[in-house]
Amino acid sequence: MAVISNGTTIIDAGAISVGGGKETLIKTATFTNASTVAFIDGTDNVVMDDTYHTYIFKCIDIHGNDDNGRWAFQVNTAGASGFNESCTSNFFNARRNHGDTYSILGAVTGYDQAQGTGYQNISDTGPADGSAERTHAGHLTIFNPSNTTFATQFMAEFSDAMSDDYMIHSYVSGYFDVAAAIDEVSFKSSAGTTSGIIKMYGIGS
Amino acid sequence: MAIISNAVTMADAGGISASLGSKIHIKTLTSDGSDDTLTFVHGTSSVVLDGTYPIYQFIFNSIHPQTNSAEFGVLTRDGGTDYDGVKTTTFLSCNHGTGSQGGPIAEDFHVRQSTGLATLALNVGSDADENCSGYMYLYSPASTTFTKFFQSRMSAQRQDGVSVVCFCAGHSNHTAAITGVQFKFSSGQIQAGSISLYGIKDS
Repeated sequence: MAVISNGTTIIDAGAISVGGGKETLIKTATFTNASTVAFIDGTDNVVMDDTYHTYIFKCIDIHGNDDNGRWAFQVNTAGASGFNESCTSNFFNARRNHGDTYSILGAVTGYDQAQGTGYQNISDTGPADGSAERTHAGHLTIFNPSNTTFATQFMAEFSDAMSDDYMIHSYVSGYFDVAAAIDEVSFKSSAGTTSGIIKMYGIGS
Repeated sequence: MAIISNAVTMADAGGISASLGSKIHIKTLTSDGSDDTLTFVHGTSSVVLDGTYPIYQFIFNSIHPQTNSAEFGVLTRDGGTDYDGVKTTTFLSCNHGTGSQGGPIAEDFHVRQSTGLATLALNVGSDADENCSGYMYLYSPASTTFTKFFQSRMSAQRQDGVSVVCFCAGHSNHTAAITGVQFKFSSGQIQAGSISLYGIKDS
């Protein structure tokens, strides 16, 4: 039995769906050998509007088929077409190899963008089929995407177990330089196809 | 009458038995366009900031300054009514311009045993679309034994369009409970944006 008040489903399927301010699970996308994975407001139960002020995408067991693949994302604004919004970002990470012979902390030029319209890297390269057990995992937060006044800020943090025995911890931040509501998010690898799980959450007031 | 949905008892005997989650929304403050500060005080305007929750989270959305290149930061209340809790912090930032490659990682803008503003985001631009967003965790503010730690991460547009990420970690170095937290810019008003306060249960 569902409890519906004024058109809003309050209780259904054993869960309370409103209030609380918690991270509300909106959508789980499980995919295999996908070229892209998109979350589009109003499609397949995805909500990406002012229902929530902050959205979090948790990426789990992201595994590609190309060693050169970096996990990346882009957005699209309401009423527009194409994942190609102008992005300025920064990217730095810490790296260490299994043999403990190499470690570094620093900005990674080329993984960031300066008013670029390409997919924004949120992880480093790999892992791929050559090392079947290794994956990317991390989370992406997008703040206030429904606003139509300010640029939209985002932040991501990812761990990567590379196929050549490197552990990488990447921090990525930036903004989309658009004064329009963002209502679509697309993920893909910079090379090859990808399998994994993405869980989308909304944080409300 | 019990409410049973999908074989799960959601409400019965005057109580809701289903989980509302571990992150509980407490209060959202939205700028009226000319706020000198946005302040959360325990016991005021429905704010809870005591031992009810062991961890509190503040989420900042589209905080916009009046003054170009101002620092956004935090002040704490250490038992009195003034926001003069002594703080020591570390501060890490990395930036990237709209026409250049990535900048260095810098450790700067920290405070050392200061009662002043602890910077969470630096050089925030005041152009019409410029702002900063992010979050801050505050651990065990009600403790009267230990100092109180906080950690933040902010993404901001600098006054020259540069994207800058800022990490601040520090402590409010006193044993008195923190009963209030205040956010402001180093200069000028908060002219837009919101700050939401959450309590994290059982953590």
